[in-house]
Amino acid sequence: MAVRRLHPDQPHGFSFTPENLAWAKETIAKYPVGKEASAIIPLMWRAQEQSGGWLPEPALRYVADMLGVAYIRAYEVATFYTMFQLAPVGTKAHVQVCGTTPCMLRGAEALIDVCKRRISEHPHELSEDGQFSWEEVECLGCCANAPMVQIWKDTYEDLTPEALEKILAAFARGAQPKAGSQIGRKTSAPEGAVTTLVDPALYDGSQIGAWRARFPELQDEGAAAGSQPADKSKG
Amino acid sequence: MLLEDKDRIFRNIYGFHDSGLKGAISRGSWDGTKFFIEKGHDWIISEVKTSGLRGRGGAGFPTGLKWSFMPKADPRPSYLVINADESEPGSCKDREIMRNDPHLLIEGALLAAFAMRAHTSYIYIRGEFIRERERLQRAIDEAYEAKLIGKNNVHGWDFDFYIAHGAGAYICGEETALLESLEGRKGQPRLKPPFPANVGLYGAPTTINNVESIAVVPDILRRGGHWFAALGLPNNTGTKLFQISGHVNRPCVVEEEMGIPLRQLIDEHCGGVRGGWSNLLAVIPGGSSMPLIPADLCETLTMDFDSLTKLKSGLGTAAIIVLDKSADVIKAIARIAYFYKHESCGQCTPCREGTGWMWRVLERMARGEAEKSEIDKLFDVSKQIEGHTICALGDAAAWPVQGLIRHFRPVIEARIDAYQAAHKEAAE
Repeated sequence: MAVRRLHPDQPHGFSFTPENLAWAKETIAKYPVGKEASAIIPLMWRAQEQSGGWLPEPALRYVADMLGVAYIRAYEVATFYTMFQLAPVGTKAHVQVCGTTPCMLRGAEALIDVCKRRISEHPHELSEDGQFSWEEVECLGCCANAPMVQIWKDTYEDLTPEALEKILAAFARGAQPKAGSQIGRKTSAPEGAVTTLVDPALYDGSQIGAWRARFPELQDEGAAAGSQPADKSKG
Repeated sequence: MLLEDKDRIFRNIYGFHDSGLKGAISRGSWDGTKFFIEKGHDWIISEVKTSGLRGRGGAGFPTGLKWSFMPKADPRPSYLVINADESEPGSCKDREIMRNDPHLLIEGALLAAFAMRAHTSYIYIRGEFIRERERLQRAIDEAYEAKLIGKNNVHGWDFDFYIAHGAGAYICGEETALLESLEGRKGQPRLKPPFPANVGLYGAPTTINNVESIAVVPDILRRGGHWFAALGLPNNTGTKLFQISGHVNRPCVVEEEMGIPLRQLIDEHCGGVRGGWSNLLAVIPGGSSMPLIPADLCETLTMDFDSLTKLKSGLGTAAIIVLDKSADVIKAIARIAYFYKHESCGQCTPCREGTGWMWRVLERMARGEAEKSEIDKLFDVSKQIEGHTICALGDAAAWPVQGLIRHFRPVIEARIDAYQAAHKEAAE
């Protein structure tokens, strides 16, 4: 468990922009009537995005009122889920460094050192210019591309301290660095030549209809329709 | 013998090809779906049972059997909930399915929901997977537009598929915590029974399946349960997405046959252990909760549920974390202990208090700042956490600590000796 409390300095009010309000209504409609509370996480998340990356207390009350849940339930949700930032974050980038074992084994601690040096000594502390902040987070599920950080919606993977410095510099300039692997890998394919998925027959459409061969009731119909021969199915 | 390309289910797992509907259809998706639905609910369940598919989320429960627990005539609506809260350290496969092969998942969801007489499915995606969520939503929109799903779709079974998401809580991967979160509360697990098949989402019959378990269903139906069952080993059938991270030359996600020897998997697909096989220290075979396996047992190890259980570990999500001899194994496990301390939901005392206690002791042990008698005490405390909590997070926190003590006690003792020797010198 992590101890998480609301920030002492809070803005006065909050309401969704018209676009976000329309989106909120659509989101609530995904759930059965009477189960509107199910939309609390997506709505709070949108409120956090609208508030510059953190969730102020008036937004909690606003969302709770919209869904008809007690304020305490909204507080519980906001303090339980660690992606809700309860204090202001950097305006240009809030860097979330994965520090869990798979990333640690491949150098996450050096990335944290970069954050301490370039941003602030402690996590959740704004840089002097207020443009950056950082925190160590638990496994972000990109372990085959470790070590990595997440900044806003994107992940930056296969990092070195130097690569992270470049990414931070790009955010400082107001640029949007290229997301994903920083060493040119495609997603989680192994670096260099792939060892699988090289058979062209997977991609030439010859698999389509092959399944028919294993159903006797489709045999005549399949032949009449000119379906693919059965040799690809191995069924 | 490695899995042949023609037997691979995830044909776009790396995203080299179009992940959209057109690309998916060219690779054989959405083909015969209507025919399988016309074969009936029970036929689908029976094919999945024949396939021997065991749940891919970690527990390895037979999927077909799980589906058959759903009531057949119940006035309440039934729900299929797909667990995409992929958060177990080491695991990174569902992410690739959602962003690169999303139509396998959507088609599988329709077929699974039909088999269980559900018209609605929610997929609960971990909050951090924002781009993955966007990509999956695009694929869902395409499927609605093409009338493959939705009301009055071409398959003749009304089916709505909605994305829900979390906001950073590992515990929401536990199925009842997931339901709590989906209902708009903090994710604290429920007591079982009642099981979700009877009282699940909104009090209605619900089955919760992992992303990979659902995404393999269309191919099982197309190629036949017997095809899937012929791959892998008895009771450990089919193909599996393995995720190899840590100290290998080329970490990756790769689909292989269940039961592949660990060494072959690492050598063929990952370019070997960093510094060569002889530089291997240990592997964590199934995500961070599974006890580590030291190098001498890795030589002949096969990657399947049963052989790992025999070694008092488990296949889990088949997320393999490799440690070479440069790794500090105590520190590696201490960091895992910190993870479980951070992610404990706080509901049960043994877990809330015990995970923090174990982490603090391990942090000291990593420095050598401990007494040797504490090793047994730590093991004993881990046993008091294991099995004494509502959900399995307590077990998941205890097992890696037990694995460390079982296999690396001499390393802990040597670290304590070294620390005490250094401080004795300093005192003199």
